[in-house]
Amino acid sequence: MNRNSTTAEFESVSQSESRAPAPGLPRLLTGVPAHGAMSLPAHLDTHGELPTARRREGRRAEALVDQIEQAGLGGRGGAGFPMAEKMRAVVAGRGKPIVVVNATEGEPASLKDRTLLETLPHLVLDGAVLAARAIGAEEAIVCVCESAGVGAERLAQSIAERERLPGHWPRIVLSTVPRGYVAGHESALVNHLNGGPGKPTFSPPMPFERGVRRRPTLVNNAETVAHVALIARHGPRWFRELGLPDQPGSTLVTLSGPLTYPGVYEVEYGASLASLLDAAGGTTDRVRAALFGGYAGTWVAGASLPRLGLSNAHLAPHGAGLGAGVVLLLSEQACPVAETARVTRWLAGESAGQCGPCVHGLDALAQTLEQICDGRVQGDAMARVERLSMLVDRRGACAHPDGTVRFVTSATEVFAEELADHARYGACDACARRSELPLPARTRIVTAA
Amino acid sequence: MCAELLPERITLDEWGYPIVDERPLSPELASHAQRAAQACPTFALLVERERSRS
Amino acid sequence: MSVLLAATGPSAYWYLTRSSGAVALVLLTFALVLGVIDVRRWSSETWPRFVVDSLHRNVSLLALAFLCLHILTAVLDGFTPISLVNAVIPFTGTYRPFWLGLGALSFDLILAVIITSLLRRQMGHSTWRAVHWLTYASWPIALLHGLGTGSDVKGTWMLASSLGCLTAVIAAVLVRIAAGWPDQLRRRGAALAGTGIFTLGLILWMPSGPLGREWARRSGTPAALLGHSASHASSSGGASTASSSSSSSGSGGESR
Repeated sequence: MNRNSTTAEFESVSQSESRAPAPGLPRLLTGVPAHGAMSLPAHLDTHGELPTARRREGRRAEALVDQIEQAGLGGRGGAGFPMAEKMRAVVAGRGKPIVVVNATEGEPASLKDRTLLETLPHLVLDGAVLAARAIGAEEAIVCVCESAGVGAERLAQSIAERERLPGHWPRIVLSTVPRGYVAGHESALVNHLNGGPGKPTFSPPMPFERGVRRRPTLVNNAETVAHVALIARHGPRWFRELGLPDQPGSTLVTLSGPLTYPGVYEVEYGASLASLLDAAGGTTDRVRAALFGGYAGTWVAGASLPRLGLSNAHLAPHGAGLGAGVVLLLSEQACPVAETARVTRWLAGESAGQCGPCVHGLDALAQTLEQICDGRVQGDAMARVERLSMLVDRRGACAHPDGTVRFVTSATEVFAEELADHARYGACDACARRSELPLPARTRIVTAA
Repeated sequence: MCAELLPERITLDEWGYPIVDERPLSPELASHAQRAAQACPTFALLVERERSRS
Repeated sequence: MSVLLAATGPSAYWYLTRSSGAVALVLLTFALVLGVIDVRRWSSETWPRFVVDSLHRNVSLLALAFLCLHILTAVLDGFTPISLVNAVIPFTGTYRPFWLGLGALSFDLILAVIITSLLRRQMGHSTWRAVHWLTYASWPIALLHGLGTGSDVKGTWMLASSLGCLTAVIAAVLVRIAAGWPDQLRRRGAALAGTGIFTLGLILWMPSGPLGREWARRSGTPAALLGHSASHASSSGGASTASSSSSSSGSGGESR
């Protein structure tokens, strides 16, 4: 079989059946409704039919994986792993594959997946269906957080909408996952779906080898599969029209902080942070620093922000990455020490409680930061923070402690002065202010395993 | 226990958990490492064969 | 009569089963104590933790070996009608069914513990741990079996050994309770109460039970094996009195 002809055949089919897309942005957020979710008819009207009219799965399926590979689609859940590679690994596994869509969004500072569920659920469902057909799976499980509320409702309604139509295949199942920062980790999801605790594991096998019900499992972020829905319709060349050669396409970013219009935005990789802030109506206060990637991410000092671009290549020199598309601005008014201590304490509480170094280490780290904030330090607190960070890094079954260390270490670099001030003089005026960094209420108590 | 069985590569942190030096093991140490991994009550240690890059 | 009895004297199996049973109890005691030391993570310069751990595992396996010997010889011994089935499936025998059954029960529990320990990697930590708690049940059941079935129970050595083992186990259990479940006072209280009740019950029961009159008959020894010559009475003195008296005397031992 000549691969080129298969692709060409596929592309010609999709182009004749779908609308030519408008150039540039928005892509995912095209026609996003102001209220409620986009209905199935409106979705098909906006983006065109789902490109699987004819059921010649063998050749067509391969074409989709190739398309995704050519498009260079990377995961949008934070890790950025190439999706095509993941799909091929699952197909190579033993047993009938199964698709899991991760829409749990445990990162408090991220709202993009929730936005997709609440306003554009059919994009996610299209992607889930296409990915499942491409790898020969007969079931796709969409996981939502138990606190998803509206999003879960609308997703369920959308699934019902599709089930009423003939030719709806494969089966889509909605699954609710208990809330937790680490519960959204791939292996934690798989464990939960298998009836176990929603905690990550380190030991093999990996989900793509043996996951849900011991079958090769493809786990993808909700936004990632949403992109698949559009790549399948418009092709990889279209996808690459935006973005950078090694980070192509567009992505959703949750922008929060002292802004006129904080919220979820769609940007192309490589766009400047300044243009994003403009689109959000500009900042409403001076920005002390920005947190990229979420609470497992990195602080970047305000002074460096004006020249910053939104891509891993632009952020890497600052030790940062976009992660799950989180850009969190901290105003001059806020106390960075209090905020850092608060978030670290929350992260410590989100430990799954499986690994001693994480449970003890993150607690000790949070405690030390709290002491610094209050000026209650004994001895060289900064040295202790550094020592604890080294002790905790990469010593857990998952990357949770690593993320916390990254967050704290960048804080010690960017807020070195403020930390030293607090250590010497205690709480500042800003400490008592209402916190700017969003955190959900704690629902679990973590005890050592 | 693992720190007792493989002190060349394992030390304990202030909470009693093992800090593993992940440098490659010599053949003599490999059998000690296997024993240390088997002695762990929670199977937290893994001895991995170094895979050559394909 | 005595000639007949001499010809049907106790076989080597009978002595073996008694002695291996006694040794098994000591080894099980040792294993339990080592288990508590192990879980308490006690160690010293000359006794690193991995030594305590290895010793615990090896002594347990040795205890199992002696248990198997104990069971096999009991089955092979022609005098008592104990089959292999009786030895493994509790309460199915005709010979002192309850007390022997306790032995079978204890053996089953120990077997479960050892098999799960050998397959620890495959089954995961929490399952293994849950089954391992059964050791605290298997030991008192084994002791009761020994006291109820054993024909040496009135002997000084046996009593002394049993008492020694009981003391060691009680001490170990108290240490374990003191260390365990720091937040759950009720659970610790229950464990403590259980231990206390068992010990007290044992002390109260012994004089009227195995140490009392006609225990062999009361414990369910088949009538056919009772009451003949006490020529090889298994009481502590061990002196065989060749007598053709058919009364089962106050020694309570069955005749051989």
